[in-house]
Amino acid sequence: MSDNRRTFRNPADESLVTKILLVGLTLVFLAFFLFLPLVSVFVEAFREGWVTYEEALVEPDAWAAIQLTLTVAAIAVPLNVIFGVAAAWAIAKFEFKGKAFLITLIDLPFSISPVISGLVYVLLFGSASVLGPWLKTYGIEILFAVPGIVLATVFVTFPFVARELIPLMQDQGTGDEEAALSLGASGWQTFWYVTLPNVKWGLLYGVLLCNARAMGEFGAVSVVSGRIRGLTNTMPLHVEILYNEYNMVAAFAVASLLALLALVTLALKTLLELRFGAGAAGGRH
Amino acid sequence: MEVRINNIRKEFDRFAALNDVSLNIASGELIALLGPSGSGKTTLLRLIAGLDFPTDGKIFFGDEDASHHSVQDRHVGFVFQHYALFRHMTVAQNIGFGLKVRPSASRPPKTEIKKRVSDLLDMVQLSGLENRYPNQLSGGQRQRVALARAMAIEPRILLLDEPFGALDAKVRKELRRWLREFHDRTGHTTVFVTHDQEEALELADRVVVMSQGKIEQVGSADDVYDRPQSPFVFSFIGESSHLPVEVKDGTVLFQGEPIGLSEGANTAGDLFFRPEDVVLTDESQALSGKVTACRRLAGTRIAEIDIANNGHAPFHVEVEVPLHAPVELGAEARFRPTRWKIFNK
Repeated sequence: MSDNRRTFRNPADESLVTKILLVGLTLVFLAFFLFLPLVSVFVEAFREGWVTYEEALVEPDAWAAIQLTLTVAAIAVPLNVIFGVAAAWAIAKFEFKGKAFLITLIDLPFSISPVISGLVYVLLFGSASVLGPWLKTYGIEILFAVPGIVLATVFVTFPFVARELIPLMQDQGTGDEEAALSLGASGWQTFWYVTLPNVKWGLLYGVLLCNARAMGEFGAVSVVSGRIRGLTNTMPLHVEILYNEYNMVAAFAVASLLALLALVTLALKTLLELRFGAGAAGGRH
Repeated sequence: MEVRINNIRKEFDRFAALNDVSLNIASGELIALLGPSGSGKTTLLRLIAGLDFPTDGKIFFGDEDASHHSVQDRHVGFVFQHYALFRHMTVAQNIGFGLKVRPSASRPPKTEIKKRVSDLLDMVQLSGLENRYPNQLSGGQRQRVALARAMAIEPRILLLDEPFGALDAKVRKELRRWLREFHDRTGHTTVFVTHDQEEALELADRVVVMSQGKIEQVGSADDVYDRPQSPFVFSFIGESSHLPVEVKDGTVLFQGEPIGLSEGANTAGDLFFRPEDVVLTDESQALSGKVTACRRLAGTRIAEIDIANNGHAPFHVEVEVPLHAPVELGAEARFRPTRWKIFNK
């Protein structure tokens, strides 16, 4: 036995200095890059008081932008929930050729610039394309109209739900589904009573992220929307227009709504994790 | 329900997991599918359940050809290796699931389901735990909930995949006895998969020993232990040693010398024997080797003996020696099998 007994330290533990440095660095970084801009959005928005703030939001063009953003999210998010669940189901529960390729495809919107995503739709439905003029003869406008905005938003947001569900479903395997089937449940009952409840927290988390991105998307939407005030302007586009017109208070008022959405998303996510423990994003026991 | 399996073949990506397997299971029998991993035992169980479909061959439930019936139509109770309990449902909801999902025409009313669930909980001795969730139960309790859930649909046969695999040794023993009683009480035709020979021999009416996608032997515990029909069964079940021998003029020769055993036909093959079927002897016609280790194993003492092999690696055999007279390490031991079997090369 040696005499130089030292106080036991967990091997994964670090010294006090290291801890303070790491935590401090993180906090400074967060304060500077996240907290400060967020606060400044609200400070700027309320610079001329509550009344001006309110007026900026109910102004017809701003109100139209808010409504359009909500509409687009209300269409894009459910579409991506359906697609995400179907894709995750197919990838996690079945064996087929080209599975790895499909996963890569799902990730595509993450890896290419949103502006390119928008341009793709301009090429597909523009006046120089085959599809665009043909649809126009039936009175269907895609570009510079709501359908184009929805398409671009769906494209940009479509990995969110699928990406959240695939690892979760792969991890859970097919044991529970087989059990349900062996007990006489139909495919639909199995999905509804067993598969869906098993992934519900992951799904909810994916929906939150998808929604946040759908409302906040700028690049892809700006290419296809045409930015017609009161008609095809979403909130992020409207913020930019107001800003370019030096209408700071109005710009930040609308921006504050988007920031608020981010905060609500964050709060909901934290609540989910608090309530259902660390497994909330994962959903296993 | 009687089950007949006729010439089943199952391929996964051209790899034959089962190759021409036939088996008849009598009504009310308790059958163990025993084999090392990769022997195809779980595949066979899943084919019976309808969770997989055979590449070739037929499965009959009674007189009904069930080969292409879906798992829902087969009415089998399947207990999964890791139970596959629905984690977001209570014990009662888990057990009642099979009744709840029935089409409305044959679905019992809610009060009836409740009563059935409580009867089943009684049967598996878990009354009072209705409202617990699976993650609030011990392994043994989960196992019994899974069993009750499978029994709720009044299955025609009961299939269990490694039913005790995930439990600790003591609980495993208790549940094993309990399952035997449960089977005797309910009389269901039951098939379970295990890699644990002790479990199979103790529990089953008949043991189906499998290896590499084939059935090696089917028989009672006595059959497969005392009268193994293949080298695989002899070495897989229980302890055994084997030595290459020849038979000439009715005498068994090892390395050209008689060892005091006689056998009918002339042949060359492997002589198999168990450690307990051996006597130490002073006679000159016997096997002999050097004792390299001697260890106590529960109620017996086992000597490990190396038999010289003309400069090659020595043959290694294990022999039971009397408890009160341990052999000395390094000493020469002479012995002769009292029960043995020679399998042709």
